[in-house]
Amino acid sequence: MKVTIDGQEIDVEPGTTILQAARLIGGESVPPAMCYYSKLKGSGGKCRCCLVEVSKGSEADPRPMPKLMASCVTGVMDGMEVKSISSPRVTEARKSVTEFLLMNHPLDCPVCDQAGECDLQNLSYNHGKELTRFHEEKRTFEPEDLGNNIQLHMNRCILCYRCVYTAEQLTDGRVHGVVGRGDHAQISTCVSAAIENEYSGNMIDVCPVGALTDKTFRFKSRVWFNKPFTAHRNCDKCCGKTTLWMFGNEIQRVTARKDEYHEVEEFICNECRFDHKDVKDWVIEGPRKFEKFSVINQNNYTRKLEPVQIHTEKQILKGREQDRKKISMVDVPVIDNTPKS
Amino acid sequence: MGRKILLDKINIPGIKTYEVYRRNGGYASVEKALKMDPDAITEEVKTSGLRGRGGAGFPVGLKWSFIDKKSGNPRHLVCNADESEPGTFKDRYLMEYIPHLLIEGMIVSSFALGANLSYIYIRGEYMWVFKTLERAIKEAYAAGWLGKNIKGTGYDLDLHVHCGGGAYICGEETALIESLEGKRGNPRIKPPFPAVKGLWQNPTVVNNVESIASVPWIVLNSGEEYSKIGLGRSTGTKLFSVSGHVKKPGVYEIEMGMTVEEFMNSDEYCGGMIDDRPLKGLIPGGSSVPILPQHLIFKTANGEDRLMTYESLADGGFATGSSLGSGGFIVYNDTACIVRNTWNFSRFYHHESCGQCSPCREGTGWMEKVLWRIENGEGRIEDIDLLWDIQSKIEGNTICPLGDAAAWPVAAAIRHFRDEFEYHIRFPERIKNRDHFTNEPFEKVKHLLQKQSI
Repeated sequence: MKVTIDGQEIDVEPGTTILQAARLIGGESVPPAMCYYSKLKGSGGKCRCCLVEVSKGSEADPRPMPKLMASCVTGVMDGMEVKSISSPRVTEARKSVTEFLLMNHPLDCPVCDQAGECDLQNLSYNHGKELTRFHEEKRTFEPEDLGNNIQLHMNRCILCYRCVYTAEQLTDGRVHGVVGRGDHAQISTCVSAAIENEYSGNMIDVCPVGALTDKTFRFKSRVWFNKPFTAHRNCDKCCGKTTLWMFGNEIQRVTARKDEYHEVEEFICNECRFDHKDVKDWVIEGPRKFEKFSVINQNNYTRKLEPVQIHTEKQILKGREQDRKKISMVDVPVIDNTPKS
Repeated sequence: MGRKILLDKINIPGIKTYEVYRRNGGYASVEKALKMDPDAITEEVKTSGLRGRGGAGFPVGLKWSFIDKKSGNPRHLVCNADESEPGTFKDRYLMEYIPHLLIEGMIVSSFALGANLSYIYIRGEYMWVFKTLERAIKEAYAAGWLGKNIKGTGYDLDLHVHCGGGAYICGEETALIESLEGKRGNPRIKPPFPAVKGLWQNPTVVNNVESIASVPWIVLNSGEEYSKIGLGRSTGTKLFSVSGHVKKPGVYEIEMGMTVEEFMNSDEYCGGMIDDRPLKGLIPGGSSVPILPQHLIFKTANGEDRLMTYESLADGGFATGSSLGSGGFIVYNDTACIVRNTWNFSRFYHHESCGQCSPCREGTGWMEKVLWRIENGEGRIEDIDLLWDIQSKIEGNTICPLGDAAAWPVAAAIRHFRDEFEYHIRFPERIKNRDHFTNEPFEKVKHLLQKQSI
């Protein structure tokens, strides 16, 4: 089936969605997706970030579709013509969806563990406005404890339902879900149960925002101070293929490997994720590759780096215990050794 | 006196019970239908031109013909009795006073569709109606109209009433199906449409109570006869639930094609305005359709009489028209505050949004908060444009029509009553009182908004 997206033609299998076709083309035309997750059946269609304009329905029925379509759930037809970034209607719609998503989202990126690898940050960077028009009070939720491994910040949630699908499809017996309706709907467990399933940690990886984060990594470091390494171990429960987020010699966090659309390649078990924080447990394959524009890329090793002047003690980024405190802990006084002029 | 199809027997004492209903010609259509070819019934309904009475006005016969009969999967008919639109209460009236009519319609329609398991999904707040229906179904089972081998024809039908949890969104057909399956009532993403994959992934038709209740008459008197009633493509009779500032609120059955003026002022129907306060606005089809300002109620924009038909009420598009919707006829006189009314509707949609897709989830809440501020004298002049912008961003960008339904009333209120919004913003001290237009109607203070030169 031939489909044209922003003027670029591609041949795809029947049953492919517009979003998948756009991902095959790659580049600017790929619509952003906050709720769609190719590994989760039934996900998508909810966030409305990926709206596209179908300017020609198909070869058989060339009428344009009157509404903007959610590209993640709309299948391609032969001869379909789609406008993604090239349509002002689409960019306008994406802008407004971004505004809607940010409306009740607490702008607490400076203290959010997801910052730096957050899909909503990327979305608002690409499609957001600088100013807010929302002057009302944001809706908030009471904190809820989901057990020792997963930290829930309901205020940050954008209700993409990915974690619900993950629990539904990966674990036996889902104990959490969406409770309530409308903007007061929340991710919650039924009567404060802890989520303790062996694969529940994958909820953290699929969460596009900082609503579900790793409790064992909480406030340890910013994502961009970590150096990610691809590693594996022999695990009898999962594939054991992970990314280790290192600070010096310490493994601060273990996640599954993610591709360029921030989707995990293979799901991992909780044992790999939470219980093996020793370098000896892992076979480290090498540094992880980055996207060109990732915030993590600010620390990369391949590009020729301009010497950065860090006005602090030497070797602070090597990960010595006493230095780390200076980066992430505010109550430790920072020695100010800026050259006095 | 217009012809009555649905409510002709409603005043017979004891019509709720099977015996009285049967004695008055009830279940005759089932007797006739069971001898007919199912596809012929569908054809009859198609010729009748009966349009869905739930709001969208989609032709019923056409909907039935879409049902996937080739796959061989069991088919279902679901009756949508989740009537929760503010201003609409016709289905409740019908089910409460003449429950057997709906059951009769369900049997005939199920037979036409070849469904052996059908449901009536009723909203949670109609608990007493639920019990009425349960009782009626029990009677129908006892009389052999339901169950195995109905009247010896070999056709089986089981009919259940399911009571919802009281969510407006479950009136959306796919959300209704989800809810019926025991899941959270979130609308599904279409396609696939319910006619192909509905209840338990089987082909399903979802119809409104009133649509189904019209089927027995069509079967008995032929679709041809039905299409003669009404006007143009708006055939048959329609129930209107009248509320607001009229002398006689209630449920009325009219032949379509009557003028709005006659319906509102004749003693047989609404009986005119409640007192001598003038008419200010009209919502002809339940809370989600645009409000009509006074000068567009009786005449359309190009000076023709406004009629009670799908076409005439929608004449002029959303700029100068409205929509027939579900027939929730709400009349306002000049004591009503359009801003407060719009806020009230917005509050409803905010509360009832399922929270699945972001424009509706966040946008409805935002609109409600902004409208609440304006109504309470804390609005800012740019809020009007902001509201306009929000509603235009919700409309058309959501999974189900609830987003549109939330956006339209706000859009229409701003379109036709913008000066009233401005008045609220510019004179907050005058609207402090909850019933600010009761003693001081807007017409009297309108001059304040005009530019004054000293």
